[in-house]
Amino acid sequence: MSLDDFSILIGGKAGFGIDKSGTVIGLIFNQLGYRVYIYRDYPSLIRGGHTFSIIRLAKEKIATHKNKIDFLLALNHDTFNLHKERLKDSSVIIYDSDSVKLEGLNPKIQAIGIPITKLVKNENASEIMRNTCIIGALAKACGIKWELLEDIFRKEFSKELDLNLKIARQGYDQTKELTKIAPLPQAVLPLSTGNQALSLGLIKGGLKAYISYPMTPTSPILHFLAEVAPDYNLKVIHPESEIGAILMALGFSYMGEKSAVGTSGGGFCLMTEGLSLAGMSELPIVIIVGQRPGPSTGLPTYSAQADLHFVLNAGQGEFTRFIVAPGDTEEAYYWSLQAMNLSWKYQIPAIILTDKNLGEGYFNFDLSSIPEVKAEAPLLWDRKSPYQRYLNTENGISPLAFAPAKDAIVKVNSYEHDEFGITTEDPKLTVLMQEKRLRKKEYLAKELEGLEAVKVYGNRDSSVGLLCWGSNKGVCVEAAKNLGLKVIQPLVMEPFPIKQFQQALKGVKKLICVEDNATAQLTRLIKTFGFNVDQNISKYDGRPFSLDELEERIRGLIK
Amino acid sequence: MNQVNLGTYAVNTWCPGCGNFAILNAIKAVLLELNAEGTPFENIVLVSGIGCHAKIVDYLNINSFYSIHGRAVPAAEGIKLANPNVKVIGFAGDGDAYGEGIEHLIFAAKRNIDITMLIHNNRVYGLTTGQYTPTSPLGYKGRSTPAGTTELPLNPLELMLASGASFLARGTSHGLELLKKVIKEAILHKGFSLVDILQVCVTYYNMYEYYDKRVYEIKDHNVGDSNQASNKIREWDYNTDSPIALGVFYQKEMPTFRL
Repeated sequence: MSLDDFSILIGGKAGFGIDKSGTVIGLIFNQLGYRVYIYRDYPSLIRGGHTFSIIRLAKEKIATHKNKIDFLLALNHDTFNLHKERLKDSSVIIYDSDSVKLEGLNPKIQAIGIPITKLVKNENASEIMRNTCIIGALAKACGIKWELLEDIFRKEFSKELDLNLKIARQGYDQTKELTKIAPLPQAVLPLSTGNQALSLGLIKGGLKAYISYPMTPTSPILHFLAEVAPDYNLKVIHPESEIGAILMALGFSYMGEKSAVGTSGGGFCLMTEGLSLAGMSELPIVIIVGQRPGPSTGLPTYSAQADLHFVLNAGQGEFTRFIVAPGDTEEAYYWSLQAMNLSWKYQIPAIILTDKNLGEGYFNFDLSSIPEVKAEAPLLWDRKSPYQRYLNTENGISPLAFAPAKDAIVKVNSYEHDEFGITTEDPKLTVLMQEKRLRKKEYLAKELEGLEAVKVYGNRDSSVGLLCWGSNKGVCVEAAKNLGLKVIQPLVMEPFPIKQFQQALKGVKKLICVEDNATAQLTRLIKTFGFNVDQNISKYDGRPFSLDELEERIRGLIK
Repeated sequence: MNQVNLGTYAVNTWCPGCGNFAILNAIKAVLLELNAEGTPFENIVLVSGIGCHAKIVDYLNINSFYSIHGRAVPAAEGIKLANPNVKVIGFAGDGDAYGEGIEHLIFAAKRNIDITMLIHNNRVYGLTTGQYTPTSPLGYKGRSTPAGTTELPLNPLELMLASGASFLARGTSHGLELLKKVIKEAILHKGFSLVDILQVCVTYYNMYEYYDKRVYEIKDHNVGDSNQASNKIREWDYNTDSPIALGVFYQKEMPTFRL
């Protein structure tokens, strides 16, 4: 086992506290200076089934998992059965000897059995506390000081802390030290999910109202913002539907309050009439679409990148929109702030396209690596000229006024309208206003040239380029590093940063596009701008690429 | 633009004799009164859905959000929640509020959010040429139901009472004084208020004579008593011939939605 890069898998039934345990394990190692990535795999049910987290720990910053694991923490027999193939000769399994039978286990693997079920029963504790026992055992096996564990527990468990500590201590005491994991000499970087980083970016961008109907994988944004609402003077609303959500949000925008909504593909279906309304009425709005596999209900708790063309084309009519697909926590933070700024500057809908892997996965979050950016004020009415909400200007941007404004009557309209906002069906005026709205795209595209809308990583001299977007960034960057390849990641999907993309492709003779969908959506998008992909690596089983899996598939193409 | 009569340069395209004129005149009179009593015009925001009714915001020189079919209510809610100091008055048709957007109406009533909804209930789709709506009577023959409907109409006021609305009234487009009175009371009410306005569509469903024969103004009625309100609301079911009560059915001070 390499102490520079190792993985822990904890598994059991939903309701066992697997998710929480994964986070606690991540935090323990994070405190030791380790960089952490956690993949959370859970079915769409409340109790039962099989749920697991893979916690990968490394010296370097990481954003993907490996198939093979070094520690397997099995709270039930299923966990052992389903994941024993992941074990290596050097792996360790820690298990509840009351519920797991180690049939067919490679004899080289060290096994630590603890009668966790009995132990918890003896303490009259609830079954869910079995996970604290196994965390205690893991900590001891890794030679981690009890004090560190206790410290993390105190921060993370508000309910029955003492009992949790008592049970963890028993797991700790019943395990022998197998290795000594020492703190790494580097600063601790906070752990964050993509959803949390994105939420913080919105707050920094001046968010005043967040309105959302719960839907995996973006419900955690709703929960997080509702929790911190008093601290940031936020209005957080869970309304009757996604239609209600986006219309309410547009009501806030009309009044000058920066608003956002969050959903997944199914909820976004309901939002499309509101999206189109935002386009016509020129009301700013930030929309977070967390992708998961479809069509329809699909695999609600898994991940996909199959809604790119949906968000590009959603809504009747033609209007300017901004779409960005961040690939990690830093990008989620930076680009949600930018999305808010651009949405208000250009008075357009801005869509942040994420997915379950980014939204619900845990990553290190390095705020210091993010370019400085501030919330910007939109263009406001000068209070001198008679107010016209849709004043036709050179760049298409009309100065904003918000009710109640003395001497300004603010009229927004879903119908085609004149500059004041009154309905019109006049052909000349229709053309004038349509061109005004579409003209904003040219200026937005120009502004984006000054931002890093396409990123390049890895071996810049390589003639093989890996093209990826969104949450595949992490796995592609690491695979490219190991294989000596170049990575090209477009962040902005609309208006597509053609010049930057062209620049990024320089020297690439073979372009391989990696996507979590079945029809190569990014490949199709760039084709419309004259860029061709040579080969595709697609995955559409709802699960993220593991590093090993992606490397193997790339090797198959570059032999 | 002339602020005194509150009109705009928009050409009015309602049919001659349309019941919407009465609502326009009533709201103008009420807004002028409110302004005279100290509410600045800029503190008022009008919201509409889509349909003949919705053109009213083009005809009023007041802040407005001309939204989409069925969605006037959530837009109005967002505006109110963004700034509780503004008075938000929503206009919607019966197809709009009682059909496409019914869930929003129910939830707004449930929240008792402090907005006013004025429903132009002509019991027919006008702008899409005469189809039945949720309040058309059984057997209504329209272009989508040439053999007549086989479903009973909804009593929207009964639904609103059950949903938690704290002010419910009915007016007609024949009877301007009463209409002005109930609209003003609805706007001044703190909480969710709704006025179901029997607005006549002269082209597709001319009910002037029918209503004129049956309407009467509510008297000797305790508006704070939900049982009395319920009985009065159920007197006419929007289907069978019976007296049609006008005025305030229900009014109660209740906690309003807040963040």
